Amino acid sequence: MIGDKLQALGRSTLSRFSRVGRASLFLWQILLSLPYMMARPFLLVRQLYYVGVQTLLIILVAGLFVGMVLALQAYIVLVDFGAEDSISLMVSLSILRELGPVFTGLLFAGRAGSALTAEIGLMKSTEQLSGMEMMAVNPMQYIIAPRFLAGVIAVPLLTSIFMAVAILGGYFVATEMLGIYEGVFWSQMQTNVDFYSDLMNGMIKSLVFGFVIVWIAVFEGYDCMPTSEGLGQATTRTVVHGSLAVLGLDFILTALMFSV
Amino acid sequence: MDIERGKVTAIMGPSGTGKTTLLKLIGGQLKPDAGTVHVDGDNVHKLSQSALYDLRRRTMGMLFQSGALLTDLSVYDNVAFPLREHTSLPEVAIHHLVLLKLEAVGLRGARDLMPAELSGGMARRVALARAIALDPQMIMFDEPFTGQDPISMGVLIKLIHDMNYALSMTSVVVSHDVEETASIADYIYVISDGKVIQSGTPMELKHSKSDWVQQFLGGVADGPVPFHYASQPLMDDLMQAEPI
Repeated sequence: MIGDKLQALGRSTLSRFSRVGRASLFLWQILLSLPYMMARPFLLVRQLYYVGVQTLLIILVAGLFVGMVLALQAYIVLVDFGAEDSISLMVSLSILRELGPVFTGLLFAGRAGSALTAEIGLMKSTEQLSGMEMMAVNPMQYIIAPRFLAGVIAVPLLTSIFMAVAILGGYFVATEMLGIYEGVFWSQMQTNVDFYSDLMNGMIKSLVFGFVIVWIAVFEGYDCMPTSEGLGQATTRTVVHGSLAVLGLDFILTALMFSV
Repeated sequence: MDIERGKVTAIMGPSGTGKTTLLKLIGGQLKPDAGTVHVDGDNVHKLSQSALYDLRRRTMGMLFQSGALLTDLSVYDNVAFPLREHTSLPEVAIHHLVLLKLEAVGLRGARDLMPAELSGGMARRVALARAIALDPQMIMFDEPFTGQDPISMGVLIKLIHDMNYALSMTSVVVSHDVEETASIADYIYVISDGKVIQSGTPMELKHSKSDWVQQFLGGVADGPVPFHYASQPLMDDLMQAEPI
């Protein structure tokens, strides 16, 4: 009995390690394939449209509401201390440092990451990737690398859009609903928000999140079992692992960037 | 196993005996545990990745069972894909070549359709046009007749036969459709469980003395390949039931 359990534990540990190994080799191959794309920029542009532009709507709507809710909550807390003028500071710091990158990462994993995994997995199960190999076109270069790079570029851009829209949402709630003066709102933000330590750290986070999510998404698609069941599991894993990776990395990055 | 230049060689056998695996070994997509594969004088599995891609580009075309068309490209763009990737021909020349290849498979009129709009037989014909786009020396057909209606089947048989001789190619056809394959093959290998059971011209196989070959060619339900999956005797199995 114990022997069986130990064996099962060993087997699952080994298979996990071999997956990590395959994923690392896969990433290395992607990086080697990037120069090929320089000669074919249209591949990248098309993927930027699919993973970036098509994710825009959900980012805009989510950003707007997150900013508005944050302003309301901040007001409720701050007004007790007569500090409601600092509402813009609270909104902007939360958005720039944490909520912008994390929300965008989670939404991107759900919207674009799952779509990438499903697309690549379906290409694998319909033999399109094999077919391409037999036509002497490396699918790593033609399919995987453009999607990877497009994701890495798109996430920071989407994050900056999320941040801008969220702050505008907060601004409307604060000035129109809660009666904060416009000048106070913007000047508080201008004096207290630092370009490097707040905005840039947030953008670095988003770059890391984008890299990890797309890596997981394309790997899961490429490595999936070419069956409908395998494809479903791979898509789920992309969203679950991608989201958990965002949350875990966010803690580590915050600890590194903002610790005193 | 030798595949002769300029001929149609068929590899036949029951499902799951490694026919498709054999094609993937020839194409270098899988590595063999033992043995070697030589194509046009090169040992496929000793080549570097770039040399392997070069060999595929120069000598091989492959027709997959599903067609393996790129679903985001139209019929025209699918056939143009290998030309655009591997040649620097001007768009006019590509246009002419694509239309000629499509004409050869009878689908010039379908050039603007998307793969999802094609029937199974049409998809395979487009895939054939794409496979011959770069005029390969050899084409490998993976189960070209499976799941085709009689007309599409007839069209594919005619196409494989005519193209092989018109373009002086080498064709390797993997199939378990006995009649159809025998009608176009110059030489047939019958394999089972990864081993060659018998080989010869279609005529020689027809008069084979092997019971196994006769069962396979005649489609007999029981014989050397048993009807029943290996199990204990029925009576023992029934007696083991738990009393209710």
